[in-house]
Amino acid sequence: MALQDVSQDVGQPKVALFNDPKIRGWVYQIVLLVVIIYLVVVGVQNMFANLAAQNIASGFGFIGRNAGFAISQSLLEYSQAESSYGKVYVVGLLNTVSIAFIGILLATVLGFLIGIARLSHNFIVRGVATVYVEIFRNIPLLLHIFIWYFGVLRLLPHPRNSGDLGWLGLLNNRGWFAPKPLPQELFFITAIAFVIGIIVTIFISRWSRQRQAKTGQQFPVFWTGVGLILGMPVLVFLVTGTPLEFDYPVAGGFRPSGGMTIIPEFIAMLLALSSYTAAFIAEIVRAGIMAVNKGQTEAAHALGLRHGPTLRLVIIPQAMRVIIPPLTSQYLNLTKNSSLAVAIAYPDLVSVFAGTALNQTGQAVEILGVTMLTYLALSLLTAAFMNWYNAKMALVER
Amino acid sequence: MSDTSNNPSAAFVRNEMIEQSAAPARAVGIVAWLRGNLFSNWVDSVITLIILYGLYLMIPPLLNFAFFDAIWSGTDRTACTTEAQGGVRAPDWFGGCWAYVDAYFNQFIYGRYPDDEQWRVNIVFIMFFGGLAPLLIPSVPFKQANIIFMSIVFPVASFILLTGGNLHYTGFLLPGFVMEPSATRFWVDYAIITAVVLAIGYGVSRGTDSDPEPMVKMVLWIMGGLAVVLALFAVPFGLEPVETDRWGGLLVTLVIAITGIAVSLPIGIALALGRRSNMPIVKLFSVIFIEFWRGVPLITVLFMSSVMLPLFLPEGVHFDKLLRALIGVAMFSAAYMAEVVRGGLQAIPKGQYEGAMALGLGFGQMMRMIILPQALTLVIPGIVNTFIGLFKDTTLVLIIGLFDFLGQIQSSFTDPTWASPVQLVSGYMFAAFVYFVFCFGMSRYSAYMERRLDTGHKS
Repeated sequence: MALQDVSQDVGQPKVALFNDPKIRGWVYQIVLLVVIIYLVVVGVQNMFANLAAQNIASGFGFIGRNAGFAISQSLLEYSQAESSYGKVYVVGLLNTVSIAFIGILLATVLGFLIGIARLSHNFIVRGVATVYVEIFRNIPLLLHIFIWYFGVLRLLPHPRNSGDLGWLGLLNNRGWFAPKPLPQELFFITAIAFVIGIIVTIFISRWSRQRQAKTGQQFPVFWTGVGLILGMPVLVFLVTGTPLEFDYPVAGGFRPSGGMTIIPEFIAMLLALSSYTAAFIAEIVRAGIMAVNKGQTEAAHALGLRHGPTLRLVIIPQAMRVIIPPLTSQYLNLTKNSSLAVAIAYPDLVSVFAGTALNQTGQAVEILGVTMLTYLALSLLTAAFMNWYNAKMALVER
Repeated sequence: MSDTSNNPSAAFVRNEMIEQSAAPARAVGIVAWLRGNLFSNWVDSVITLIILYGLYLMIPPLLNFAFFDAIWSGTDRTACTTEAQGGVRAPDWFGGCWAYVDAYFNQFIYGRYPDDEQWRVNIVFIMFFGGLAPLLIPSVPFKQANIIFMSIVFPVASFILLTGGNLHYTGFLLPGFVMEPSATRFWVDYAIITAVVLAIGYGVSRGTDSDPEPMVKMVLWIMGGLAVVLALFAVPFGLEPVETDRWGGLLVTLVIAITGIAVSLPIGIALALGRRSNMPIVKLFSVIFIEFWRGVPLITVLFMSSVMLPLFLPEGVHFDKLLRALIGVAMFSAAYMAEVVRGGLQAIPKGQYEGAMALGLGFGQMMRMIILPQALTLVIPGIVNTFIGLFKDTTLVLIIGLFDFLGQIQSSFTDPTWASPVQLVSGYMFAAFVYFVFCFGMSRYSAYMERRLDTGHKS
């Protein structure tokens, strides 16, 4: 059949319009576009009809209205009587960002430790790390959260007989009542010393790198940095007369007074998120280190580098290239997973804004739209930052 | 060798081999193993001892709780409470209450599915695991027949068994004054749609000078097959209908996870192809779709499908809560699946594409016969990993008020019959055990496939 066609077409290249791949491509795309536009138009029409039928307002007028519900943890001034839905959004977002940020820090530290432990030559260290990874990543995160919240923190003693952690404050089923630092008048000098220490260290490390490139001489940047960033502020702190006091919580009948409260929902979320994500990070770290060729270690040893410098200058920089891209997606996962907070009512963005505020106003489209776009923006921001870092770390090919 | 041994004059040459002496005691046996693995230097020794002490603190209480002090039978809370709490146990007793898990086992598996109808769920489970096992084991023959069974027979049969089938179609196309809403109107509508599709297809193939026969055959096959399935759904088999709000437990977990993965695979393949396409609009649409779903948390997707989706539907169209969750989960996992499939497509050498094109295959034929079989085989571990993630993520549906396995366990805590201080720990331990068994088993399988597929040609 095909042969006949070809023999007929010889000499008269009459190709049907639809058989031209370019034109066919455009036909497909236009059909797709029309279908999408049709679906969107019908959906929006239905939405307005349904909203009108259910008597739900639309638009963002609700943002300025008073929300009228309490939030158990807020980094900003928030009052049930006055604050608006807009404020609810900001408070929820800050809570999400804070749990994600602290969670990422903890998960990274824990994940790197366990990942390195999985490669240990010590049988028992390796075994414990493997068991940790397999157990933690094969149990759903929500169950982790429930276990920490309902199974551990809720079973802590009643405030009347809270556990005493000494200088760390009190622990009971209403949370951790930590001592609250109260900076005194002269404390700002210590803070300034700290900032100066960081800036000077940055300059010194730059200068020493240049000097090493020119003369080959090294400068003990690390210890200088420790001295400048930690030592100098401590010295200033002592000289200015330790201008920092702590407000210790005092056990009371209903709840301890004084200090600062870290609510149990926050602790449960933090522990669950970081221990769960750490299992994934550990696997990434292990894979990254294993991806570095053994010849690299041997070559470094042959050049006379000792174990520490070999790790620091040869293995880790190469492993990081393999580790960073999947690490980014774990950070994103942790940020997105922090939305599970709604299950135990930690006041994150989803819980207070897409939960309580949505139920009160009924404006599902606006609120969910804003919430999803916020997460999308957080994801894209993290991805952009990590891409930049990744580009910085990438192999420079000559 | 024989020279030296036969020459007696060379007195300095040894005539026989010395016995091999034993390795130093420190280098062999358990001592060497301990030295090498546990106590190679003092830091190592300290770490080993600390961990051993930690294990000593953790393991015996855990074993006591789970086995030695656990209660395996009982009828209510008295079996699992101390005397002070109103039960029969010694004052310092603390053990797992497996009697409570046993009493609730039925609910954990089936939810509120009626007792008399649970055989239907069992048949579905048997069909699923019976069909899946030979599919997963590479050496078992009849893969093609098995795939047809799992992708066509199993879904249709499960739908009828689980819901009871016996759907009543009313039709939608012809206005009421032409024909009253009835099953007949539905089939008339169906025939009209088939005719329209055929007419358009015929017109297009005439317009492009190609043979309309294969196209007509394909349309008739698809529409005919669909008609058979739809007709089966409408047959009154005499099964009692079971509403989805009575489903629960592991049944819901598996339904969501399996439907999610089954629906997301074809969508994911389409999106992956779209993302690699050189048609700008298709590519843009795929990228936006994939990045959007991957950028938002699943819980907001579930909120959206449970709260927002009904708003977009025309009045009178009502989606079941489970169906809405399924749609959300499918969209979400389709985006992840698309990225997995894209990885597979990228791993196929360009020569395969070029070879297929040189043979004169069209895009569809090239994908169906050359590229996708290779790419999908490559990404089996990735697909299994996505499935593990999805299986764990199904727990989130409890937040929107569906009772999956974890949801059933969570809701069983409110029952005063078994209320005791150990109920919570026992319930969570059981949940963790079940999820672990499923996920760990799947991850082992994925690792096995990875080793099997690793041809050693990786660059």
